[in-house]
Amino acid sequence: MNIQAGIKLTAAEAALVESYNEQVGELPGDGATLLARDTLLSDLKEAGLPTRRVEAWHYTDLKALLKSVPAFLHGASAQRVEPIVPGSTVLSVVNGKAHTRLLPEGITAKSYADTLLDGSAAAGLVARDADDVIGRINGSFVRDGLIVEIAEGAAFEAPIEIQSVQNCGQVNTRFPVRFGAGAKATVIERHLATGEDAALVTSVTDMRLADDAEVTWIIFQSEGEADTHLAQFKAELGANAKLRLYVINGGGKLVRQEIHIAVAGEGSDLTLRGINLLGGESHTDVTFTVGHDVPHTTSTEVIRNVVLDRARGVFQGQIRVAQDAQKTDAKMSCNTLLLSDDAEFSAKPELEIFADDVQCGHGATVIDIDHTQLFYLMARGVPENKARAMLVNAFVAEIVEELEDETLVEALEGVISDWLEKHA
Amino acid sequence: MLEIKNLHARIAEDGTEIIRGLNLTVNDGEVAAIMGPNGSGKSTLSYILAGREDYEVTEGDILYNGESILELDPAERAAKGVFLAFQYPVEIPGVATMQFLKVAMNEQRKARGEDELTTPDFMRRVKEAAAELQISPEMLRRPLNVGFSGGEKKRAEILQMALLEPKLCVLDETDSGLDIDALKIVADGVNALRAPDRSVIVITHYQRLLDYIVPDTVHVLYKGQVIKSGDKTLAHELEANGYADIIGAAA
Repeated sequence: MNIQAGIKLTAAEAALVESYNEQVGELPGDGATLLARDTLLSDLKEAGLPTRRVEAWHYTDLKALLKSVPAFLHGASAQRVEPIVPGSTVLSVVNGKAHTRLLPEGITAKSYADTLLDGSAAAGLVARDADDVIGRINGSFVRDGLIVEIAEGAAFEAPIEIQSVQNCGQVNTRFPVRFGAGAKATVIERHLATGEDAALVTSVTDMRLADDAEVTWIIFQSEGEADTHLAQFKAELGANAKLRLYVINGGGKLVRQEIHIAVAGEGSDLTLRGINLLGGESHTDVTFTVGHDVPHTTSTEVIRNVVLDRARGVFQGQIRVAQDAQKTDAKMSCNTLLLSDDAEFSAKPELEIFADDVQCGHGATVIDIDHTQLFYLMARGVPENKARAMLVNAFVAEIVEELEDETLVEALEGVISDWLEKHA
Repeated sequence: MLEIKNLHARIAEDGTEIIRGLNLTVNDGEVAAIMGPNGSGKSTLSYILAGREDYEVTEGDILYNGESILELDPAERAAKGVFLAFQYPVEIPGVATMQFLKVAMNEQRKARGEDELTTPDFMRRVKEAAAELQISPEMLRRPLNVGFSGGEKKRAEILQMALLEPKLCVLDETDSGLDIDALKIVADGVNALRAPDRSVIVITHYQRLLDYIVPDTVHVLYKGQVIKSGDKTLAHELEANGYADIIGAAA
């Protein structure tokens, strides 16, 4: 592909183009795959990174925030870590390269790179819409990932952890996941850094839940302090399917996690719970859209944010209810604990309702530590710093406890209290 | 145990003076009742003793075992043995009751230079004390005070008092919202803690609680001052005649 110098590119945009030209010869794929990559890259170059003038990116001016792009590093090899929940079935992706292994009955995982090579993934290398920068960058550069299939009716005792670990460079992965009818599983999609050198991570998870599937999916992101993490999670729910999605952000310098859900089958239900633990100079954006397209579907979204230092956070939540989607029940709330005068959080709820017999609501609050609660704990002898930590922990632990599975709750509470201990 | 000298205090936010030259002495092992009409400063006094920041002491002093505690924060006072049983115990969603009890007990022990309790020792103590107060294990599994009935909250306060073994217990309207059975359980819990080296201040609006926790002394608080002190018969007198006579005599 021949890329011409046109409008002036920012340093990061130029680095992306240059990095593509360097890597294109070795990126896996047949002719169709390459064509799809070229198209995405050229669209990216033409549109540039989005600024605040692009509605979907209004609070995350990527053009200004993304200052540089680290080069792809051959031979980078991070160390795998223990799963969050002991005894989990672990699927690992190390510096963007998938490792497959023998798995319990009912689950298979294949390398995504193989489908790039044989051209079957090419049709999926398209942007969602004109503002889909994550789709463009990821589709241009993606090297590997895992195609995970959970068999019809399968159920597992232990959680499945998809562990994407990196220590530097570029990591671009995709995870197409299919749950068969009636399948039940808990999956932890974990992105973490084991090194301090900067990385650019993009990841796209594309999930289908067949009818009656019940899935708890936990995205836990703890990238390094210098890392950029741009991720997309897409899911389509069949009839009576239930998806419980937890998104926990506890790392990264520049983070955008998009979530796009279609509650497409009658009786399907989405529960979204978000925990954003934000500190330092980081910028973290969770952008969520849910489309209620058929009657009798439900969704609830609760986002809890703890913001320290000079961190900034964003939650954009959009609930769309199609004209036919009568009896939709959707509730969204975003609560923020701002613990520093320099911390910031922006919440933008959006309801687009075309049906007339629905229940939809949203609310957002910003609070400080409750002084009556603080006094109560201190009056029992708990020193102030510890009492504060308990209350901050309680603010987010409340939604973790909804998971009910004791091992999982304990593991996630451990992750959260570790973060608070380190940062607060 | 406790000596309050010419205490003046106001609400920090708006400067309203609530306590206006209060004097009170409570000896070791004494149970002192503080009574008074609404708005006399009873609850404010209990908050000031516990160290709540919303009130500012402008004059006078509070001596606890001979030392001023005005400069100590609530946690430091608690570690020294001051305990306030709240009129309205605070609900804290997301904090498990057991976890809270363990942290509170161990933090106080740490502050006093004692070893932390082992988990089995902690569990045994809680189990025994909870059984005395008819507190179910199910209640202890809930988040702190969340979804507790009024009576359960008050019993949970006394449970904390029993476990923390304070030296100065301040009970702020512990009888409010209790039916007679719950009142007896709470009173038994308090009476079980009476000891020569432990003093109790019972703040109440009504004589009723004092039939079950019999005080050594009774003090009437009005407009931020103790206007009359006596023995337990003073409480009966108040019950029979109301506050008007005493207030009239003092005015």
